[in-house]
Amino acid sequence: MTTQLTRAAAPVKSSGRKSGRARGAQSADVGRPGFAWAVPATIFFVLFAILPLLAVAALSFMSWGGIGDPEWVGLDNWNRVFDDPVMIKSIWLTLLLTVLGVVLQTPLSILIGVWAAGTQRNRAVISAVYFVPLLLSSTAVSVLWRALLDPNFGIPSEATWLFGDGNLFGKQTTAIGVLAFVSTWQFTPLHSLIYQGAARAIPQVLYQAAEIDGAGRVRQFFHITLPQLRNSIITSMILMVVGGLTTFETVLILTQGGPGTDTTISAYYMYQKAFKSFDFGAGAVIALLLVVAATIISLIVVRLSGYDKMRSTMEGVS
Amino acid sequence: MRRRPNYLAGVAAVAWLIIVALPLYVMLSATVQSKGDYAKGSPLSWPEHFTFENYSGAFDEGFGQFFVNTLIVTVAVVGIVVVLVPPLAYAVVRSRSRVASGVFRLFLLGLAIPAQAVIVPMFYLISEAGLYDNLIGVILPTAAFCLPISTLILSGAMRDIGHELFEAMAVDGASPRRMFLQLVLPLSKGGISTIVVFSALQAWNGFLFPLVLTQSDSTKVITLGLYNFQTEHGINVPGTLAAVFMSMVPILLVYLFARRALVQGLMGVGGK
Repeated sequence: MTTQLTRAAAPVKSSGRKSGRARGAQSADVGRPGFAWAVPATIFFVLFAILPLLAVAALSFMSWGGIGDPEWVGLDNWNRVFDDPVMIKSIWLTLLLTVLGVVLQTPLSILIGVWAAGTQRNRAVISAVYFVPLLLSSTAVSVLWRALLDPNFGIPSEATWLFGDGNLFGKQTTAIGVLAFVSTWQFTPLHSLIYQGAARAIPQVLYQAAEIDGAGRVRQFFHITLPQLRNSIITSMILMVVGGLTTFETVLILTQGGPGTDTTISAYYMYQKAFKSFDFGAGAVIALLLVVAATIISLIVVRLSGYDKMRSTMEGVS
Repeated sequence: MRRRPNYLAGVAAVAWLIIVALPLYVMLSATVQSKGDYAKGSPLSWPEHFTFENYSGAFDEGFGQFFVNTLIVTVAVVGIVVVLVPPLAYAVVRSRSRVASGVFRLFLLGLAIPAQAVIVPMFYLISEAGLYDNLIGVILPTAAFCLPISTLILSGAMRDIGHELFEAMAVDGASPRRMFLQLVLPLSKGGISTIVVFSALQAWNGFLFPLVLTQSDSTKVITLGLYNFQTEHGINVPGTLAAVFMSMVPILLVYLFARRALVQGLMGVGGK
């Protein structure tokens, strides 16, 4: 992203004369579009994305029940949200599910992505099947797994030696396990795809050199493949963290936050507060917390990794 | 160069193939069995008596209408994205205006806004605008949330257009509009098809905006229909799975015929 920024901003600085409408190809200002070309899209985006984002901040200080006008209540919503034990629990559950997602999906998708980067024909065919879950809506994926894991008619009832009484949605541990598994099933293809692209871009010369030096496959993986995938690991982790924090459909459809409130994660709790209890102020507070958390975590990952300073390796990334 | 097969990755790849393919097989086989047959046999067994009653049952629940609604939303969202993004990307790549680079930063910032974050005020704004329970109310925010990634994808594609091509046209005295129509658009066809596929996928699979901004059957999209079907008839596993499969068919068809654009569109989802 940084590269995009600098590249976009660079011409502004380098053009000494703005009104230089000199003739000939020497003047690069000729035939440049004005900013007017960007105006329609910008207005549209501000209206339907930026303005609501500002409104969510305002609403977090207001009381609104869905009809009539919102009323200013100061920090009331904030105090209520932080005094709410369900909310505190939902933050921990959100973090737990996010960490579980990263821990499960990262090694798996690196392994699959590196494998799929090979050029053999059978890999291409198998990869085509891998990506199917990625095409499906989260709703379809969740409804599919809800049906497959049905306590009476689903797969668990066939394998009681593995699943006990077959009701995976009845206990907190198994319910969380289901949520983590379904997210992994759905999103591993995306991350594999990222790693596949990156693994194909690794220069073969590095492996040839390593082989001459007598490095085995394992050493090649840890000393060449993994370091070369660094940027992709960061991209993919940011996606997992933001995706984990905003998980919603899976919880709504698979567990409804239950048993009790044992899988009520923050995004789902926000929906419940706003659209089931009609407490839009509290909903706005939770929404704002989610945006801030996602932004901060992404920034920390970017800073810690020095991602913002790596320019050359970003070359060719869209 | 690589001679020895990589056993560990190979085993993981095959295991994952089973984990991905098995549920898809169970789904397909369940949809062509009657409720009774499905309950009797194992979910993994091959169907004995084929029936299409689950599919006709889904149509009885209004899935025909949901399909049409989803199609309207998808076409409209793609239309908005295709009209708005190319001029924007053109300005981002070619304009020397400070405003244009500021705008690009705004859209990069937009990448970080999840739909969940704005859903509460969106409900307020759409209701105030009198668009609640109206497909237009779903189309507008869905399209807006496709803009940041589409802009990133398309401006990337437009940057690859050779500088000398613009200069050659400038020598001929071409206006920015003529360069856009005769040079930029024809040369960024690939990028444009990627953003078409990306935004179509977002619109077709969208759930949160329809969930919160619509309520009646006449404005229901297919994901919402699926959710309601599951809530009301969840016990009817074959029927539910038939509805799930029907919602996938259009995407699977696109996957068969336009895999390259689709995979690139998915990489767009990857925030690249």
